[in-house]
Amino acid sequence: MSVKLTTRQVGDVTVIDAVGRITLGEGASTFRDEIRNLAAKGNQKLLLNLGEVTYIDSSGIGELVSGYTTVTNHGGQLKLLGLTKRVKDLLQITKLYTVFEVFDDEAQGVRSFS
Amino acid sequence: MAEQLESTLDSVDEAENKVLQAAESAGFGEEDLHKIGMAVRECMVNAVVHGNRYNGRKKVFLGIDATADRLTIIIRDEGEGFDVNSLPDPLAEENLLRQSGRGLLLIQAFMDEFQIQRVEPKGTEVRMVKYLAKAS
Repeated sequence: MSVKLTTRQVGDVTVIDAVGRITLGEGASTFRDEIRNLAAKGNQKLLLNLGEVTYIDSSGIGELVSGYTTVTNHGGQLKLLGLTKRVKDLLQITKLYTVFEVFDDEAQGVRSFS
Repeated sequence: MAEQLESTLDSVDEAENKVLQAAESAGFGEEDLHKIGMAVRECMVNAVVHGNRYNGRKKVFLGIDATADRLTIIIRDEGEGFDVNSLPDPLAEENLLRQSGRGLLLIQAFMDEFQIQRVEPKGTEVRMVKYLAKAS
């Protein structure tokens, strides 16, 4: 199974719920297309919920970084929510913890944009 | 005895499954199985995509050796090879936002031993080891 993405609005924040795997191939391209689409439509406050993401490989990490850059270039912010231990470990190994703002609590993540 | 795999992304799944079967039989726990599987996927992607460049005439060779205390995995492609020292450091501040270049970093983080070398007449061989004694 690759990744399934659904979006919902919480105030003016767009929360993206990701479920599945973000890996080389379909998963990574689905993710890339969705983030680009949201950024192009003017969504500037994006909170990506990775709580149900079971697997991310280096291509998936690359897409997270690419999504971050895309949203930033559109004047917005991409923040992360609900990381599993494995995804947290990946962000630590790759030093991306220093790049992304990460939240465990959705309400706290939403409030951080205001 | 090395197994011969096609230069396709299906081979990435195939290699991961074969290695994980061997690792599970050898007694590795769930967390180590995840790390081993991820290292194999990253290595296979490198071999298929960057090494053999999906060339149908080139193969990827997979060797698995499980002993009482360790699992050794060898993955070899038939690509042009590369100088590992010329790769950008993915942890350098200026490279953190690069989209690619983290595969070898993850393999090294997840395995206990990692060696990469050019082989003749052409290709790259990766040898990686996970010790059972260090299993979580």
